Amino acid sequence: MHTGPGRGYPIFHVVDRGETVQIVRRKTDWFKVRAPDGKEGWVAKSQMELTLEEDGTELDFEVIDIDDFTNAKWEFGVLAGDFGGANSVSLYGGYSLTPQVSFEVWGSQILGNFSNGWTGSVNVVHEAFPDWRVSPFFTLGAGVIRTEPKSTIVQGEDRTDQIGHVGAGFRIYAARRFLLRAEYKSYVVFTSRDDNEEVEEWKVGFAFFF
Amino acid sequence: MESRFRILFLIIALTHLSGCAATRNLFGLGRAEAPPPSAEPPGQVVDPEVERREIKEAKIDSENFELGAFAGIMSIEDFGSNVVYGARLAYHVTEGFFVEGTAGTTEGDLTSFEVLSGDARLIDDDERRLTYYNLNLGYNIFPGEAFLGEGRAYNTNLYLIAGLGSTRFAGDDRFTVNFGAGFRFLLSDTVAIHIDFRDHLFDIDLLGEEKTVHNLEGHLGLTVFF
Repeated sequence: MHTGPGRGYPIFHVVDRGETVQIVRRKTDWFKVRAPDGKEGWVAKSQMELTLEEDGTELDFEVIDIDDFTNAKWEFGVLAGDFGGANSVSLYGGYSLTPQVSFEVWGSQILGNFSNGWTGSVNVVHEAFPDWRVSPFFTLGAGVIRTEPKSTIVQGEDRTDQIGHVGAGFRIYAARRFLLRAEYKSYVVFTSRDDNEEVEEWKVGFAFFF
Repeated sequence: MESRFRILFLIIALTHLSGCAATRNLFGLGRAEAPPPSAEPPGQVVDPEVERREIKEAKIDSENFELGAFAGIMSIEDFGSNVVYGARLAYHVTEGFFVEGTAGTTEGDLTSFEVLSGDARLIDDDERRLTYYNLNLGYNIFPGEAFLGEGRAYNTNLYLIAGLGSTRFAGDDRFTVNFGAGFRFLLSDTVAIHIDFRDHLFDIDLLGEEKTVHNLEGHLGLTVFF
Protein backbone atom coordinates (compact mmCIF):
# COMPACT_ATOMS: atom_id res chain seq x y z
CA MET A 1 0.00 0.00 0.00
CA HIS A 2 1.25 3.45 -0.96
CA THR A 3 0.77 6.64 1.04
CA GLY A 4 -0.86 8.46 -1.87
CA PRO A 5 -2.73 7.89 -5.12
CA GLY A 6 0.04 8.52 -7.61
CA ARG A 7 3.51 7.81 -8.85
CA GLY A 8 6.34 8.08 -6.36
CA TYR A 9 4.37 7.78 -3.14
CA PRO A 10 6.31 5.35 -0.90
CA ILE A 11 5.04 1.92 0.12
CA PHE A 12 4.39 1.98 3.87
CA HIS A 13 2.54 -1.28 4.42
CA VAL A 14 2.24 -4.71 2.84
CA VAL A 15 -0.88 -6.85 3.05
CA ASP A 16 0.07 -10.54 3.31
CA ARG A 17 -0.99 -13.04 0.70
CA GLY A 18 -4.29 -14.59 1.70
CA GLU A 19 -5.53 -11.62 3.67
CA THR A 20 -8.59 -9.67 2.64
CA VAL A 21 -8.80 -5.94 2.03
CA GLN A 22 -11.79 -3.65 1.85
CA ILE A 23 -12.03 -1.08 -0.95
CA VAL A 24 -12.82 2.34 0.48
CA ARG A 25 -12.72 4.64 -2.53
CA ARG A 26 -11.16 5.16 -5.92
CA LYS A 27 -9.31 8.09 -7.52
CA THR A 28 -8.44 7.67 -11.22
CA ASP A 29 -6.65 4.29 -11.33
CA TRP A 30 -5.82 4.09 -7.62
CA PHE A 31 -7.85 2.34 -4.93
CA LYS A 32 -7.85 3.19 -1.27
CA VAL A 33 -8.05 -0.07 0.66
CA ARG A 34 -8.39 -0.97 4.32
CA ALA A 35 -6.26 -3.86 5.58
CA PRO A 36 -7.50 -6.25 8.31
CA ASP A 37 -5.40 -4.37 10.89
CA GLY A 38 -7.17 -1.12 10.02
CA LYS A 39 -4.33 0.47 8.05
CA GLU A 40 -5.49 2.37 4.99
CA GLY A 41 -3.42 3.01 1.89
CA TRP A 42 -3.50 3.38 -1.88
CA VAL A 43 -3.08 0.50 -4.31
CA ALA A 44 -2.69 0.80 -8.07
CA LYS A 45 -5.29 -0.79 -10.31
CA SER A 46 -2.68 -3.15 -11.76
CA GLN A 47 -2.08 -4.51 -8.23
CA MET A 48 -5.79 -4.76 -7.44
CA GLU A 49 -6.27 -6.89 -10.52
CA LEU A 50 -4.02 -9.53 -8.94
CA THR A 51 -6.39 -9.98 -6.01
CA LEU A 52 -9.20 -12.53 -5.86
CA GLU A 53 -12.82 -12.04 -4.99
CA GLU A 54 -14.27 -13.93 -2.03
CA ASP A 55 -15.44 -16.75 -4.28
CA GLY A 56 -11.95 -17.17 -5.68
CA THR A 57 -12.47 -15.59 -9.08
CA GLU A 58 -10.15 -12.92 -10.34
CA LEU A 59 -11.13 -9.35 -9.68
CA ASP A 60 -11.97 -7.82 -13.01
CA PHE A 61 -12.38 -4.10 -13.36
CA GLU A 62 -14.22 -2.53 -16.20
CA VAL A 63 -11.69 -1.62 -18.82
CA ILE A 64 -12.47 1.34 -21.03
CA ASP A 65 -11.00 0.66 -24.44
CA ILE A 66 -11.51 1.33 -28.10
CA ASP A 67 -14.74 -0.71 -28.16
CA ASP A 68 -16.27 1.75 -25.75
CA PHE A 69 -14.96 4.55 -27.95
CA THR A 70 -16.85 3.01 -30.88
CA ASN A 71 -20.07 2.28 -28.98
CA ALA A 72 -20.24 5.23 -26.61
CA LYS A 73 -23.65 6.85 -26.29
CA TRP A 74 -22.74 10.25 -24.87
CA GLU A 75 -19.91 12.57 -25.71
CA PHE A 76 -18.95 15.97 -24.30
CA GLY A 77 -16.07 18.14 -25.40
CA VAL A 78 -14.31 21.45 -25.75
CA LEU A 79 -12.67 22.78 -28.91
CA ALA A 80 -10.87 25.97 -29.79
CA GLY A 81 -9.77 27.38 -33.10
CA ASP A 82 -10.29 29.91 -35.84
CA PHE A 83 -13.69 31.13 -37.04
CA GLY A 84 -13.25 33.30 -40.13
CA GLY A 85 -10.18 35.01 -38.68
CA ALA A 86 -11.59 35.32 -35.17
CA ASN A 87 -10.86 33.07 -32.21
CA SER A 88 -13.52 30.62 -31.21
CA VAL A 89 -14.13 28.51 -28.11
CA SER A 90 -16.73 25.76 -28.45
CA LEU A 91 -18.55 23.37 -26.16
CA TYR A 92 -20.60 20.44 -27.40
CA GLY A 93 -22.60 17.46 -26.30
CA GLY A 94 -23.55 14.52 -28.49
CA TYR A 95 -25.76 11.46 -28.40
CA SER A 96 -25.21 8.42 -30.66
CA LEU A 97 -28.21 6.67 -32.14
CA THR A 98 -25.95 4.05 -33.71
CA PRO A 99 -22.15 3.81 -33.79
CA GLN A 100 -22.32 5.57 -37.16
CA VAL A 101 -24.88 8.31 -36.57
CA SER A 102 -25.03 10.82 -33.76
CA PHE A 103 -26.68 14.13 -32.96
CA GLU A 104 -24.73 16.99 -31.46
CA VAL A 105 -25.59 20.33 -29.91
CA TRP A 106 -22.91 23.02 -30.15
CA GLY A 107 -22.40 26.36 -28.51
CA SER A 108 -19.48 28.62 -29.49
CA GLN A 109 -18.18 31.96 -28.43
CA ILE A 110 -16.45 33.91 -31.18
CA LEU A 111 -13.95 36.58 -30.22
CA GLY A 112 -12.72 38.74 -33.08
CA ASN A 113 -10.93 42.00 -33.58
CA PHE A 114 -13.98 43.84 -34.87
CA SER A 115 -16.87 41.91 -33.49
CA ASN A 116 -17.77 39.20 -31.03
CA GLY A 117 -20.54 36.70 -31.18
CA TRP A 118 -22.17 33.47 -30.28
CA THR A 119 -23.31 30.54 -32.34
CA GLY A 120 -25.58 27.71 -31.42
CA SER A 121 -26.27 24.80 -33.73
CA VAL A 122 -27.66 21.30 -34.04
CA ASN A 123 -25.62 18.78 -36.04
CA VAL A 124 -25.97 15.34 -37.52
CA VAL A 125 -22.65 13.47 -37.58
CA HIS A 126 -21.91 10.41 -39.67
CA GLU A 127 -18.89 8.20 -39.07
CA ALA A 128 -18.10 5.75 -41.83
CA PHE A 129 -15.59 3.71 -39.81
CA PRO A 130 -16.51 4.12 -36.14
CA ASP A 131 -14.26 1.23 -35.10
CA TRP A 132 -11.08 2.92 -36.34
CA ARG A 133 -8.81 4.53 -33.78
CA VAL A 134 -8.71 7.60 -36.02
CA SER A 135 -12.30 7.82 -37.13
CA PRO A 136 -13.23 10.28 -39.91
CA PHE A 137 -16.67 11.88 -39.91
CA PHE A 138 -18.91 14.18 -41.90
CA THR A 139 -21.30 16.62 -40.34
CA LEU A 140 -24.27 18.74 -41.38
CA GLY A 141 -25.98 21.31 -39.25
CA ALA A 142 -28.05 24.42 -38.81
CA GLY A 143 -28.33 27.09 -36.17
CA VAL A 144 -28.08 30.76 -35.34
CA ILE A 145 -25.24 33.25 -35.02
CA ARG A 146 -25.36 36.39 -32.90
CA THR A 147 -22.93 39.11 -33.92
CA GLU A 148 -22.02 42.02 -31.66
CA PRO A 149 -19.71 44.62 -33.23
CA LYS A 150 -17.05 45.91 -30.84
CA SER A 151 -18.05 49.13 -29.18
CA THR A 152 -14.66 50.80 -29.48
CA ILE A 153 -14.34 50.39 -33.25
CA VAL A 154 -17.60 49.94 -35.07
CA GLN A 155 -20.93 51.50 -34.26
CA GLY A 156 -23.09 48.71 -35.59
CA GLU A 157 -26.19 46.96 -34.47
CA ASP A 158 -26.20 43.58 -32.86
CA ARG A 159 -27.83 41.08 -35.12
CA THR A 160 -28.90 37.45 -35.16
CA ASP A 161 -28.77 35.41 -38.37
CA GLN A 162 -29.43 31.84 -39.33
CA ILE A 163 -26.51 29.64 -40.31
CA GLY A 164 -26.09 26.33 -42.06
CA HIS A 165 -22.91 24.33 -42.35
CA VAL A 166 -21.15 21.27 -43.69
CA GLY A 167 -18.00 19.89 -42.19
CA ALA A 168 -15.59 17.02 -41.81
CA GLY A 169 -13.07 15.94 -39.23
CA PHE A 170 -11.50 13.23 -37.14
CA ARG A 171 -12.23 11.70 -33.78
CA ILE A 172 -9.05 10.18 -32.36
CA TYR A 173 -9.16 7.77 -29.42
CA ALA A 174 -6.57 8.82 -26.84
CA ALA A 175 -6.98 6.85 -23.59
CA ARG A 176 -9.65 5.79 -21.11
CA ARG A 177 -12.70 7.97 -21.80
CA PHE A 178 -10.66 10.58 -23.59
CA LEU A 179 -10.61 11.47 -27.28
CA LEU A 180 -9.10 14.19 -29.42
CA ARG A 181 -11.11 15.86 -32.12
CA ALA A 182 -10.17 18.06 -35.06
CA GLU A 183 -12.62 19.45 -37.59
CA TYR A 184 -13.32 21.87 -40.38
CA LYS A 185 -16.70 23.46 -40.99
CA SER A 186 -17.86 25.69 -43.80
CA TYR A 187 -20.69 28.01 -42.76
CA VAL A 188 -23.20 29.97 -44.76
CA VAL A 189 -24.66 32.89 -42.83
CA PHE A 190 -28.10 33.81 -44.18
CA THR A 191 -28.00 37.55 -43.64
CA SER A 192 -30.80 40.01 -44.14
CA ARG A 193 -28.58 41.86 -46.63
CA ASP A 194 -28.29 41.08 -50.34
CA ASP A 195 -25.48 38.56 -50.11
CA ASN A 196 -25.01 35.62 -47.82
CA GLU A 197 -21.70 35.38 -46.01
CA GLU A 198 -19.47 32.37 -46.03
CA VAL A 199 -17.23 31.58 -43.08
CA GLU A 200 -14.66 28.84 -42.65
CA GLU A 201 -13.89 27.38 -39.26
CA TRP A 202 -11.05 25.17 -38.03
CA LYS A 203 -10.85 23.84 -34.53
CA VAL A 204 -9.19 21.20 -32.36
CA GLY A 205 -9.94 19.99 -28.88
CA PHE A 206 -10.71 17.08 -26.64
CA ALA A 207 -13.79 15.24 -25.46
CA PHE A 208 -15.00 12.51 -23.10
CA PHE A 209 -17.37 9.73 -23.92
CA PHE A 210 -19.67 7.81 -21.58
CA MET B 1 -41.80 -66.85 31.32
CA GLU B 2 -44.61 -64.44 30.94
CA SER B 3 -42.85 -61.84 33.08
CA ARG B 4 -39.66 -62.14 31.01
CA PHE B 5 -41.67 -61.40 27.84
CA ARG B 6 -43.30 -58.55 29.63
CA ILE B 7 -39.89 -57.02 30.58
CA LEU B 8 -38.52 -57.46 27.02
CA PHE B 9 -41.63 -55.78 25.62
CA LEU B 10 -41.19 -52.93 28.09
CA ILE B 11 -37.54 -52.46 27.04
CA ILE B 12 -38.46 -52.35 23.32
CA ALA B 13 -41.28 -49.93 24.01
CA LEU B 14 -39.00 -47.72 26.14
CA THR B 15 -36.20 -47.54 23.61
CA HIS B 16 -38.58 -46.82 20.73
CA LEU B 17 -40.62 -44.25 22.57
CA SER B 18 -37.75 -42.33 24.09
CA GLY B 19 -35.66 -42.39 20.93
CA CYS B 20 -32.81 -41.59 23.19
CA ALA B 21 -29.38 -42.98 22.49
CA ALA B 22 -28.62 -43.00 26.19
CA THR B 23 -31.58 -45.29 26.88
CA ARG B 24 -30.49 -47.61 24.07
CA ASN B 25 -26.97 -47.71 25.38
CA LEU B 26 -28.35 -48.44 28.78
CA PHE B 27 -29.75 -51.67 27.49
CA GLY B 28 -26.86 -52.44 25.16
CA LEU B 29 -28.91 -51.77 22.02
CA GLY B 30 -27.06 -48.64 20.80
CA ARG B 31 -24.79 -48.84 17.78
CA ALA B 32 -21.12 -48.36 18.26
CA GLU B 33 -20.93 -44.89 16.71
CA ALA B 34 -17.87 -43.76 14.77
CA PRO B 35 -17.12 -39.99 14.67
CA PRO B 36 -19.15 -38.48 11.79
CA PRO B 37 -17.19 -38.46 8.54
CA SER B 38 -16.12 -34.96 7.44
CA ALA B 39 -18.11 -33.69 4.48
CA GLU B 40 -15.42 -31.14 3.64
CA PRO B 41 -12.48 -31.83 1.39
CA PRO B 42 -9.20 -32.21 3.21
CA GLY B 43 -7.28 -29.00 3.56
CA GLN B 44 -10.26 -26.72 4.23
CA VAL B 45 -10.38 -26.55 7.95
CA VAL B 46 -12.90 -23.77 8.37
CA ASP B 47 -15.94 -23.28 6.20
CA PRO B 48 -16.02 -19.51 5.51
CA GLU B 49 -19.58 -18.57 6.33
CA VAL B 50 -19.62 -15.34 4.32
CA GLU B 51 -22.06 -14.17 1.75
CA ARG B 52 -20.91 -14.59 -1.79
CA ARG B 53 -21.04 -11.23 -3.44
CA GLU B 54 -19.45 -9.73 -6.47
CA ILE B 55 -17.56 -6.50 -6.40
CA LYS B 56 -19.53 -4.16 -8.56
CA GLU B 57 -17.36 -1.38 -9.78
CA ALA B 58 -20.26 1.04 -9.62
CA LYS B 59 -20.42 0.50 -5.86
CA ILE B 60 -16.87 1.77 -5.39
CA ASP B 61 -16.91 5.41 -4.43
CA SER B 62 -15.08 6.94 -7.37
CA GLU B 63 -13.91 10.48 -6.78
CA ASN B 64 -12.56 12.04 -9.94
CA PHE B 65 -14.49 15.32 -9.96
CA GLU B 66 -13.43 18.34 -7.96
CA LEU B 67 -15.70 21.31 -7.31
CA GLY B 68 -14.91 24.40 -5.32
CA ALA B 69 -14.68 28.14 -4.87
CA PHE B 70 -11.78 30.55 -4.60
CA ALA B 71 -11.00 34.11 -3.58
CA GLY B 72 -7.90 36.21 -3.98
CA ILE B 73 -6.36 39.25 -5.62
CA MET B 74 -6.33 39.98 -9.35
CA SER B 75 -4.48 42.78 -11.03
CA ILE B 76 -5.93 44.23 -14.24
CA GLU B 77 -3.16 45.94 -16.19
CA ASP B 78 -3.56 49.75 -15.93
CA PHE B 79 -6.66 49.31 -13.73
CA GLY B 80 -5.17 48.35 -10.37
CA SER B 81 -5.75 45.30 -8.22
CA ASN B 82 -8.89 44.14 -6.54
CA VAL B 83 -10.50 41.16 -4.88
CA VAL B 84 -11.33 38.31 -7.26
CA TYR B 85 -13.61 35.39 -6.50
CA GLY B 86 -14.95 32.52 -8.52
CA ALA B 87 -15.59 28.81 -8.94
CA ARG B 88 -13.72 25.82 -10.27
CA LEU B 89 -14.76 22.41 -11.61
CA ALA B 90 -12.14 19.82 -12.51
CA TYR B 91 -12.16 16.26 -13.79
CA HIS B 92 -9.14 14.08 -13.08
CA VAL B 93 -8.51 11.93 -16.14
CA THR B 94 -5.40 10.15 -14.86
CA GLU B 95 -3.19 10.58 -11.81
CA GLY B 96 -1.26 13.15 -13.86
CA PHE B 97 -3.72 14.96 -16.12
CA PHE B 98 -6.87 16.84 -15.34
CA VAL B 99 -9.17 19.21 -17.18
CA GLU B 100 -10.55 22.23 -15.44
CA GLY B 101 -13.08 24.97 -15.96
CA THR B 102 -12.82 28.18 -13.96
CA ALA B 103 -14.94 31.31 -13.82
CA GLY B 104 -14.20 34.43 -11.82
CA THR B 105 -14.98 38.08 -11.42
CA THR B 106 -13.19 41.19 -10.17
CA GLU B 107 -13.40 44.94 -10.65
CA GLY B 108 -11.05 47.50 -12.18
CA ASP B 109 -10.13 50.74 -10.41
CA LEU B 110 -9.35 54.04 -12.08
CA THR B 111 -6.24 54.16 -14.23
CA SER B 112 -3.47 56.59 -13.26
CA PHE B 113 -4.55 58.76 -16.18
CA GLU B 114 -8.12 58.93 -14.90
CA VAL B 115 -6.97 59.80 -11.39
CA LEU B 116 -4.61 62.56 -12.54
CA SER B 117 -6.94 64.07 -15.13
CA GLY B 118 -9.79 64.59 -12.74
CA ASP B 119 -13.11 63.88 -14.41
CA ALA B 120 -12.00 62.15 -17.62
CA ARG B 121 -13.19 58.54 -17.81
CA LEU B 122 -11.91 55.89 -20.24
CA ILE B 123 -14.78 53.51 -19.59
CA ASP B 124 -18.10 53.57 -17.77
CA ASP B 125 -18.25 52.33 -14.22
CA ASP B 126 -20.38 49.34 -15.16
CA GLU B 127 -17.74 48.30 -17.71
CA ARG B 128 -15.09 48.09 -15.01
CA ARG B 129 -16.34 44.72 -13.83
CA LEU B 130 -14.15 41.96 -15.25
CA THR B 131 -15.56 38.46 -15.58
CA TYR B 132 -13.74 35.55 -17.11
CA TYR B 133 -14.11 31.88 -17.85
CA ASN B 134 -11.33 29.50 -18.87
CA LEU B 135 -11.07 25.87 -19.94
CA ASN B 136 -7.72 24.44 -18.95
CA LEU B 137 -5.62 21.35 -19.16
CA GLY B 138 -3.62 20.63 -16.02
CA TYR B 139 -0.78 18.36 -15.09
CA ASN B 140 0.29 17.31 -11.59
CA ILE B 141 3.99 17.80 -12.09
CA PHE B 142 5.25 17.27 -8.52
CA PRO B 143 3.03 15.01 -6.43
CA GLY B 144 4.21 14.82 -2.84
CA GLU B 145 3.52 14.81 0.84
CA ALA B 146 3.62 17.55 3.45
CA PHE B 147 4.33 16.78 7.07
CA LEU B 148 2.77 18.64 9.96
CA GLY B 149 4.75 17.75 13.03
CA GLU B 150 5.73 14.12 13.44
CA GLY B 151 2.36 12.47 13.34
CA ARG B 152 0.54 13.94 10.36
CA ALA B 153 1.14 13.64 6.63
CA TYR B 154 -0.95 15.28 3.92
CA ASN B 155 -0.83 14.55 0.22
CA THR B 156 -0.02 17.50 -1.99
CA ASN B 157 0.40 18.28 -5.67
CA LEU B 158 2.19 21.03 -7.50
CA TYR B 159 0.46 21.41 -10.85
CA LEU B 160 0.71 23.45 -14.01
CA ILE B 161 -2.29 24.62 -16.00
CA ALA B 162 -2.79 26.28 -19.38
CA GLY B 163 -5.91 27.00 -21.35
CA LEU B 164 -8.23 29.23 -23.31
CA GLY B 165 -11.28 31.25 -22.53
CA SER B 166 -12.95 34.59 -22.67
CA THR B 167 -12.79 37.73 -20.55
CA ARG B 168 -15.48 40.41 -20.50
CA PHE B 169 -13.99 43.77 -19.65
CA ALA B 170 -14.41 47.36 -20.82
CA GLY B 171 -17.47 46.54 -22.89
CA ASP B 172 -16.14 43.61 -24.88
CA ASP B 173 -15.52 39.90 -24.71
CA ARG B 174 -11.83 39.22 -25.21
CA PHE B 175 -10.22 35.97 -26.24
CA THR B 176 -8.00 35.00 -23.32
CA VAL B 177 -5.07 32.68 -22.87
CA ASN B 178 -4.21 31.80 -19.30
CA PHE B 179 -1.50 29.75 -17.69
CA GLY B 180 -0.17 29.27 -14.21
CA ALA B 181 0.81 26.99 -11.40
CA GLY B 182 -0.98 25.82 -8.31
CA PHE B 183 -0.49 23.88 -5.12
CA ARG B 184 -3.14 21.42 -3.97
CA PHE B 185 -3.06 20.48 -0.31
CA LEU B 186 -5.39 17.59 0.52
CA LEU B 187 -6.79 17.98 4.03
CA SER B 188 -8.48 14.61 3.59
CA ASP B 189 -9.22 12.37 0.63
CA THR B 190 -12.16 14.56 -0.30
CA VAL B 191 -11.28 18.13 0.75
CA ALA B 192 -8.41 20.17 -0.68
CA ILE B 193 -6.98 23.66 -0.30
CA HIS B 194 -5.58 25.32 -3.43
CA ILE B 195 -3.09 28.12 -3.81
CA ASP B 196 -2.99 29.33 -7.42
CA PHE B 197 -1.09 31.89 -9.45
CA ARG B 198 -2.24 32.61 -12.98
CA ASP B 199 -1.59 35.03 -15.78
CA HIS B 200 -4.51 36.00 -18.04
CA LEU B 201 -3.43 37.44 -21.40
CA PHE B 202 -5.73 39.27 -23.77
CA ASP B 203 -5.54 42.04 -26.34
CA ILE B 204 -7.02 45.43 -25.55
CA ASP B 205 -7.12 48.63 -27.62
CA LEU B 206 -8.59 50.94 -25.03
CA LEU B 207 -5.61 53.32 -24.88
CA GLY B 208 -5.32 53.87 -28.62
CA GLU B 209 -3.12 51.10 -29.88
CA GLU B 210 -3.78 47.43 -29.40
CA LYS B 211 -1.58 45.71 -26.87
CA THR B 212 -1.45 42.42 -25.05
CA VAL B 213 -2.01 42.83 -21.34
CA HIS B 214 -0.95 40.54 -18.51
CA ASN B 215 -3.43 40.25 -15.69
CA LEU B 216 -1.98 38.42 -12.74
CA GLU B 217 -4.16 36.57 -10.31
CA GLY B 218 -3.35 34.87 -7.02
CA HIS B 219 -6.04 33.06 -5.10
CA LEU B 220 -6.80 30.64 -2.30
CA GLY B 221 -9.42 28.02 -2.94
CA LEU B 222 -11.30 25.18 -1.27
CA THR B 223 -12.50 22.17 -3.26
CA VAL B 224 -14.39 18.97 -2.61
CA PHE B 225 -13.86 15.71 -4.50
CA PHE B 226 -16.88 13.70 -5.55
